[in-house]
Amino acid sequence: MELDTVLMSRLLTAMTLGFHIIFATLGVGIPLMISIAEFIGIKKNDPHYKLLARRWTRGFIITVAVGVVTGTAIGLQLSLVWPNFMQVAGNVISLPLFMEVFAFFFEAIFLGIYLYTWDRFNNQYIHWFFSLPIIIGGGFSAVFITTVNAFMNTPQGFEIQNGTFSAVNPLAAMLNPATPTKVFHVLTSAYVTCAAILAAITAVMILKRKMTDYHKKALRLTMTLTFLFALLTALAGDFSAKFLADHQAEKLAAAEWHFETEQNADLILFGWLNEDNEPTGEIRLPGFLSFLAHGDFNAEVTGLEAFPEDEQPPLWVHYMFDLMVTIGFLLLGIALLYLLLAKMKKWNEHNKGMLYLIALSGPLAMLAIEFGWIYAEEGRQPWIIRGYMTVEEAATSSPYVTHMFFLFLALYIVLGTLCVITLRKLFRNNPAEEELEKHYPSFKKGDNE
Amino acid sequence: MSYELVGITVLWIFLYGYLIVASIDFGAGFFAFYARMTKKDHVINQLIARYLSPVWEVTNVFFVFFFVGIVGFFPETAYYYGTAMLVPASFAIILLAIRGSFYAFENYGTKQSTVYTFLYGASGLLIPASLSIALTVSEGGFIKEENGSVSLKYMELFTSPLSWSIVALSIVSILFISATFLAFYAARAKDLPALKLVRTFAMFWSTPTIIAALTTFIVLSQHNERHYENMLDLWWMFGLSVGFFLIAVWLLYRQKHYGLAFISVMMQFLFAFFGYGIGHYPYLLDPYISIHEGATHASMGIALVAAFIGGLLLLIPSLILLMKLFLFDAEYVKGRK
Repeated sequence: MELDTVLMSRLLTAMTLGFHIIFATLGVGIPLMISIAEFIGIKKNDPHYKLLARRWTRGFIITVAVGVVTGTAIGLQLSLVWPNFMQVAGNVISLPLFMEVFAFFFEAIFLGIYLYTWDRFNNQYIHWFFSLPIIIGGGFSAVFITTVNAFMNTPQGFEIQNGTFSAVNPLAAMLNPATPTKVFHVLTSAYVTCAAILAAITAVMILKRKMTDYHKKALRLTMTLTFLFALLTALAGDFSAKFLADHQAEKLAAAEWHFETEQNADLILFGWLNEDNEPTGEIRLPGFLSFLAHGDFNAEVTGLEAFPEDEQPPLWVHYMFDLMVTIGFLLLGIALLYLLLAKMKKWNEHNKGMLYLIALSGPLAMLAIEFGWIYAEEGRQPWIIRGYMTVEEAATSSPYVTHMFFLFLALYIVLGTLCVITLRKLFRNNPAEEELEKHYPSFKKGDNE
Repeated sequence: MSYELVGITVLWIFLYGYLIVASIDFGAGFFAFYARMTKKDHVINQLIARYLSPVWEVTNVFFVFFFVGIVGFFPETAYYYGTAMLVPASFAIILLAIRGSFYAFENYGTKQSTVYTFLYGASGLLIPASLSIALTVSEGGFIKEENGSVSLKYMELFTSPLSWSIVALSIVSILFISATFLAFYAARAKDLPALKLVRTFAMFWSTPTIIAALTTFIVLSQHNERHYENMLDLWWMFGLSVGFFLIAVWLLYRQKHYGLAFISVMMQFLFAFFGYGIGHYPYLLDPYISIHEGATHASMGIALVAAFIGGLLLLIPSLILLMKLFLFDAEYVKGRK
């Protein structure tokens, strides 16, 4: 029974986070896209971009609502499902948790203002200005909460006396070695995902209805942003790998099925493990793991065998790692292809194949976020605070956690379904062309439905 | 003043803030449902929507702020309340989730549906009921600790007059606070039909509020004598609370100064809530967690207080801006913007 509650605690948290991450990612990235579109719209005095900002905002509200309520759920669940963890670690990580709430507060206030002040000011830049605190608040929530996760991976800023934390230094705990790379990777991947999803929506609209100037501009903007942020994400991923090699070698070794410590280590792409735990059917890039880990083809990379068996992460994280990286490069490739086609006058960047690829890139980007987080979290098993506390020691002892799992499963199914239905209803019978005529030459009536 | 005392004071202020803003929100949901059922929804629903739309997310943050703060300042609470409250708190989360998201789905998305309104109204009454269990549990006697595992004594909780009187008090208070606020908002909007309706609500719910408060006081005297004695020593706070209550009811009756009436209600609950809280000192969970022993390390406590001051410098101007734009902008309230 005891093991059951641990497993159910893990599943419940994984489910809540897996669901929340979709909306949290949108919450971090979409405001930036909206703000950029509105700024271009005001700057160029182009109603297309202004309408783009409005329509994105309208869909965004629905996802924010789900993000807020699932975020509240995970905030409470931290204490409900992992009471022993919070009792101990609360001493060290409550500062960033607290600051995260402030950032969220800040964002919530200005989101309300932004949504209900379209056309309220004569100077359009004032309304645009209110989008900045939303971007900042959303970004900083991500930063603060990521420092908590980073702390659990590379804990520091305390001493252990008689099994409890003492000599706590909250800032040192926040600025632990994992923080910079994690924050960079989380932010860039959220931005690229949101850009890709908005591009995908535009591509689907063009495929389903027809292409207008509005759609062309939307696609050009989102694909350019996808390209830029995909580049930055790749860079962040490279930094993360180098960080792992230095500070959390077992995570990288598990992801790469790298068992023995060696120089000139191979990078393993795809494949599977046979009965003797040997990689089969893989693509080997000789020396590339050393290069990924240390920027040198001959550098030594620590293997999994250097760690005690009961402290090794599960080997299936390799698949998660591969899927994340592959999708990341695919996004970069698709965006690059689009931009190249657009550059060449003779070629048509709006051909069907290209549009299908773009339509695919949005959902793929979100999947990559999920895969990446599963890799990051499973890659530090069996620890909840690496080196200090295992997941088993931290979980609740309450037998009701199984019931709660199914209760929340039902909740997320309902929320997810209603969210999709609402978003579809919102846009299906309200094409952009009609709205453009309604809003813009007259430009009188507000948009505060 | 020690940092843990600063901590609990700050958190108590935030919990009070949540009590007020959430009451307005929860009560409004119930009144919206009631109005729909009695075919009066055209009278007040627009009024409610105009106020709630820009602020519902902010309301939610007050709550998150409190529970993150209490675990931060007093990590012991995570262990005891976390284990014991798994079920009631999970229900509260689910109700909050239904409420928050359905609100957005209905208002920004589809046409209004009675099912949504029902869930919206019902959750508004059930959330305070499930959250107020934490207050009951804090009085002690409902938790048992065996083999290093904490659990809630459900049987005793459900048969306790204390838990039911706290639940009743929370529900009627919400309806009273909310109706008084809506009366103020309707008066500002010069929306006379709506004002007439919500003023009746406010008058109606004033009596049960004061009765429930007295009952809770008496029941508490039987359950936790220490707390009760402490509260008797603070008799002047409760006296002021009753005084403000009488002022509020008088103003509502005379049909004027609705703003002042709402402020009186705020003061009524401020004194009652702080009298209750100060009487609870020094325990957060009688007798397991005291404020001094259960507090976090000094370095973290000071960092939290610093973060809190920094945060407030950011939040207060933003909140004032929000209120200026939506609460005190007469043109917006009247629906012209």
